[in-house]
Amino acid sequence: MAYSDKVIDHYNNPRNVGSMDKSDPNVGTGMVGAPECGDVMKLQVKVNPETGIIEDAKFKTFGCGSAIASSSLATEWLRGKTVDEALAIKNTDIVNELSLPPVKIHCSVLAEDAIKAAIGDYKKKAASQGETVGASVASN
Amino acid sequence: MKLPIYMDYHATTPMDPRVFEAMKPYFLETFGNAASRNHSFGWEAEEAVEKSRKQIASLIGATAKEIVFTSGATESNNLALKGVAEMYAEKGNHIITAATEHKAILDTCKRLEKHGVRVTYLPVQTNGLVDLEQLQAAITDKTILISLMYANNEIGVIQPIAELGKIAKSKGVLLHTDATQAVGKVPVNVIKDNVDLMSLSGHKMYGPKGVGALYVRRKSPRVQITAQMDGGGHERGMRSGTLNVPGIVGLGEACALCQAEMPEESKRMAFLRDKLRDKLQSELDETYINGALDVNHLGEHRLPNNLNISFAYVEGESLLMGINDIAVSSGSACTSATLEPSYVLKALGAGDDLAHSSIRFGLGRFNTEEEVDYVAAKVIDVVKKLRELSPLYEMAKEGIDLSKVQWAAH
Repeated sequence: MAYSDKVIDHYNNPRNVGSMDKSDPNVGTGMVGAPECGDVMKLQVKVNPETGIIEDAKFKTFGCGSAIASSSLATEWLRGKTVDEALAIKNTDIVNELSLPPVKIHCSVLAEDAIKAAIGDYKKKAASQGETVGASVASN
Repeated sequence: MKLPIYMDYHATTPMDPRVFEAMKPYFLETFGNAASRNHSFGWEAEEAVEKSRKQIASLIGATAKEIVFTSGATESNNLALKGVAEMYAEKGNHIITAATEHKAILDTCKRLEKHGVRVTYLPVQTNGLVDLEQLQAAITDKTILISLMYANNEIGVIQPIAELGKIAKSKGVLLHTDATQAVGKVPVNVIKDNVDLMSLSGHKMYGPKGVGALYVRRKSPRVQITAQMDGGGHERGMRSGTLNVPGIVGLGEACALCQAEMPEESKRMAFLRDKLRDKLQSELDETYINGALDVNHLGEHRLPNNLNISFAYVEGESLLMGINDIAVSSGSACTSATLEPSYVLKALGAGDDLAHSSIRFGLGRFNTEEEVDYVAAKVIDVVKKLRELSPLYEMAKEGIDLSKVQWAAH
């Protein structure tokens, strides 16, 4: 299988690899996929509760080169976006950016799911923290 | 040392230059049709074909008349199964095979099932071997054929063919074996192994592609098969079609070389394979060998040139991507056209996650120790890098039991 230059670049130099403290109230964690399916993505976002802006994003991925590239790219895109902007990222954006072939589209779907799961986790935490945090997020 | 390194000898082998030399005259000068009986062109071609028949027969303990030339092991497998099913239809309609067979067997069986043949697909044990008691129990008075491969193309596991042969013989059932990966690599003897039909291929043993053979026993019992290709009645009516003389010469020469060099070559293969395995396993934790691994390096349960190993928490295709100057195969779904992980590894019950993490190394005649050292170092490096990237490795290191995690399916 031939990989696009961008996939190869993300594979060779993955951006933002790592893990953040799951228990931090400002960190949202999303874990999607399953080992039996050959893909597991863990994506984390650290949100500034005042501004609602994603200040940091980290990933770890078990999966093929396209899955690694999709999640690596997602962390790049997430940094600096508000949570609502982040939720607007579509898997097709990832497909286009990385020139993924049809058999690898599921990798981009997984990355979108991971973004949604991470932000969902953050929002759930924020809501349980109290109305003020939730309101400030919503106002962005 | 030249890059890329080829270590996928179960897929195909390069031709041995000596085989190529032997074939050369049969393209341009000695081009006759082996079926031409009236002139020297035909006689010379026929002589070359008969020499090859003897070379093949000698390697597998058969006689020359028991060798039927085909286009390769896929055709040999088709001819054996369909030919027996058709010829012995009055005796019975039941065939026994195993879940880990090559697609050329499994898909042929599926086709036969559409035509009223009943097929039993035996499971295999975790080491890849069939259970002899299960085989015994599966045989009925309608069973006409048992087809079990000699050595597996993914995990290199060698079935106890001689024992399978004994069982088949005692029940009056024919035994076919797809010996594509075994012939030329380990000693194969159709008499000792009680084999009635055997498939082999040129390009898996340093011969040319597009040529193979089917051994069809002529004595005790005399096996008959119905031809599946109609035409001029070549190969004693079992396989019509003008003989591929250069290919056949190459197959014969490849067999002769394997026979002469096997004792030394198999030792060298086992040494290189074991070195590769030892290096990988000493540097990396949580690696799993798929399929039985013999203990004495030259034992009977695995091809000496095969290493199929899973690197837990690392996905196979991403590993291949990192070692792109090394040609190997993976059982990962992402490397297959169907997006399904290897059915052979699944049949071992190892779990899909380990199938996704598997790499098949197939060593061969032209690999060197220097190449093995390079491959080991590179694989170790990339596995370590990918584990740093793997959420599964991180979880495992935190002591989380991955089998108990509720995964979000997608």
